[in-house]
Amino acid sequence: MPDPTFLFAQSLSGLTAAMFLFLIASGLSLIFGVLGVLNFAHGSFYMLGAYVAYQLVQVLGRDPAAFWWAALGAACAIAVLGGLVERLLLRHLYAKDVLYQLLFTYALILVLSDAAKVVWGTGQLSIARPPELAGATRVLGTLVPHYELFVLLLGPAIALGFWLLLHRTRAGRFVRAAALDREMLGALGVNVSRLYTSVFVLGSFLAGLGGALIAPAKAIVPGMDVEIIVEAFIVVVIGGLGSFWGTFLGAVIYGQVLSFGILIFPRFSIFSVFALMAVVLILRPWGLLGRPLKT
Amino acid sequence: MLEVRDVHKAFDGFQAVAGVSLALARGEIAAIIGPNGAGKTTLFNLVTGHLRPDAGAVFLAGREITGLPPHRVCRLGLGRSFQRTNIFPRLTVFQNVQAAFLSHRGRGLDLLSHVEHLYRDETEALLASLGLLERAGELGAFLSHGAQKQLELGIALASEPKLLLLDEPTAGMSATETHETIRLISRIARERGLTLLFTEHDMDVVFSIAQRITVLHQGRVIAEGVPAAVRGDPEVRRVYLGERR
Amino acid sequence: MSARARVPWGLLGVLAALSVPFLGSRYYTFVATDVAILALFAVSLNLLLGYTGLVSFGHAAYFGVGAYTTGLLMKKAGVPFVLAFPAAGVLAGLLALVFGFFCVRLTKIYFAMLTLAFAQIVWAICFKWNDLTGGEQGMPEIPYPDLAWLERLPLVGELRTSDHFYLLTVVLVALCFWLLRRVVGSPFGRILTTIRENPERAEFIGVHVRRWELLAFVLAGAFAGLAGGLFGIFNRGVFPDFIYWTKSSEVLIMAILGGMGYFYGPAVGALVLLVLNQQITSYTEYWPFVLGSILIVLLFAFPGGLVGALDAGRRRLLRLGRA
Repeated sequence: MPDPTFLFAQSLSGLTAAMFLFLIASGLSLIFGVLGVLNFAHGSFYMLGAYVAYQLVQVLGRDPAAFWWAALGAACAIAVLGGLVERLLLRHLYAKDVLYQLLFTYALILVLSDAAKVVWGTGQLSIARPPELAGATRVLGTLVPHYELFVLLLGPAIALGFWLLLHRTRAGRFVRAAALDREMLGALGVNVSRLYTSVFVLGSFLAGLGGALIAPAKAIVPGMDVEIIVEAFIVVVIGGLGSFWGTFLGAVIYGQVLSFGILIFPRFSIFSVFALMAVVLILRPWGLLGRPLKT
Repeated sequence: MLEVRDVHKAFDGFQAVAGVSLALARGEIAAIIGPNGAGKTTLFNLVTGHLRPDAGAVFLAGREITGLPPHRVCRLGLGRSFQRTNIFPRLTVFQNVQAAFLSHRGRGLDLLSHVEHLYRDETEALLASLGLLERAGELGAFLSHGAQKQLELGIALASEPKLLLLDEPTAGMSATETHETIRLISRIARERGLTLLFTEHDMDVVFSIAQRITVLHQGRVIAEGVPAAVRGDPEVRRVYLGERR
Repeated sequence: MSARARVPWGLLGVLAALSVPFLGSRYYTFVATDVAILALFAVSLNLLLGYTGLVSFGHAAYFGVGAYTTGLLMKKAGVPFVLAFPAAGVLAGLLALVFGFFCVRLTKIYFAMLTLAFAQIVWAICFKWNDLTGGEQGMPEIPYPDLAWLERLPLVGELRTSDHFYLLTVVLVALCFWLLRRVVGSPFGRILTTIRENPERAEFIGVHVRRWELLAFVLAGAFAGLAGGLFGIFNRGVFPDFIYWTKSSEVLIMAILGGMGYFYGPAVGALVLLVLNQQITSYTEYWPFVLGSILIVLLFAFPGGLVGALDAGRRRLLRLGRA
């Protein structure tokens, strides 16, 4: 029987990873749910969020709240970028085959990752933790950085905010209706094109925010876009594409499987999450909490 | 030829088909009518295996086909056309019909023959009888709506069915097209000795070719019989004909 | 078809390809080998994509497994190429049979996701199984097949080993193309197109859709495996990258860029992409940026792919000529 302290630490680190992933995957899932587009470039938006936050921290310099302003600014910048992409390009592909949309977002990955290399180079960059969260506390015998605790609380907070947005506002109701039945929306007299743009902007905002928030915990490097998108895909597939709580559940499961998978099969922990994804797809293709797509 | 025995089907608690029975003799031409949502298309889907009934049984030529998948049902001699036109849009007219011949004659797993000339004569003869031969090289997608419906009939006929189910064969057609299609269908049914079951909105069509009519309402059979009897049935007049005229 | 004599394009293509080593440039042979192998990879994918209408996002799995199979057999077991090469197709085909069994139960986006998940499983195994595959470091130094007999031939004998391997590649790839062409021109191939066009209708002309999809999946996987077997030798090593999902999307891009509605479309896509890659990387390291931009332009301007655009142009010319 392994030491309980160790198990706790392991589970906690899995949960932190899960909350970051949730932030990214929820946007991906939202966009798929409403627009029906699987946005590969979501990972690129996340990466750019991290780079922009880094840049803003450099600019703001000594300001004690520099990190927070930078995170907000980065998220907004990525939201604007997302809006432009949707308005100028993506929307012309809605009528075409899904394949073209996939390919377009994949092309965006290529363009954006190189653009980031041109601007920020290929080295590792990092942001210091905000001063008020620089410390660490001992919880059940494990030293937990404050920043990690912050992320652990932020995940559920954002989930809650999201839930309120979807269930307590008019726009939220449309979004939910769209996720259930896209054809119904036009009949309801909703301006579908504006709704699509708003959802894409919101999803991009979340991706940018996720990137900015992860920057103090992880190095900013080229390639983080491709890495995260695969993880986010697994999360939304497990939880159910387009399902909000499914994404949350998927992220938690992913984090736990990854951190405990390392204990059970030290060499095959990546294997275990892909296997989990395959099993879910075979048994319940629409995910744990998702609904079957209409055919 | 076809026997449907007390089939039921519900969707999310909504009883779409609630205990329908009907029987068709060989060579008979029968129609199912009823207001929208009466369960006509659902009934068809239960017969053809696209849906599995919650209860009840379906027999084709004495053999039980309840719950068999569509491709098996098709192979047992049941042809079908769909309410929304259902062809292979980016194949040529010739290829549309030829593919049905290939599949029906068991050549679908043949990896070695050249496909171009297989069943050319049969396909061309069938296209000629549908009046589509001169358009054989065009893509299905470029045909008019009426011609697509005829093509779909051709696809169904290539499987050499004993029983043909047509879901609204004249839906969306002009008066002239409707007239032509009906003449075509009855001629082909006669020539091939087909048993025919169809649904239709257009009452003129129904009363001009059906030998027997079944009226569905809210998932149940409310009347059945020869056209004259159905036309005179007070229940039918009330729920259906009365509503429409 | 008109009464015009048919030009034997296939034969001309093979002859042209065979003449490349005689240009005497190591570089040309290198690029041509790359093109020939990836063209086969892309055309094999198109059996699913263009003919059956299935978007596989994990086709690299079969390519990679083929590469590991041939590589392992030749390097570690000393098996000759004549056995190790077909083994790549067989093993990749078997793997496709197992994975495909599950994949064809799903449709559209779920199909794509499951192919991706399976491919990533294979990748994770190859990435970590150090004892067998060399793990992250891969498996370098795959030997060339023994082609000593070519050296005794006139003319060909003067060429380098890599040229000899290239000639072998061209012959094998041409053979695979011929087989695949037979497949798509067969009744089976025609039934696949009905599934692409309308699976519901295909079911109702008596086609057991899943079974046909599975067979197509196996064939596509097997030919991808053969391409992989050649590629491992050409590349002088097999690496887990071969299987990573970005490799699967590269081959999808080749197929779509070239034109998935045409048999040789994906091969043209492979040619254009690889040659462009060579040209552009000599100017700038930002090849992905260029590729991404080209792709976006193409998606908006020529959705039928390059061959589609050429075909449309040719028809327009013909119409002008007649007018």
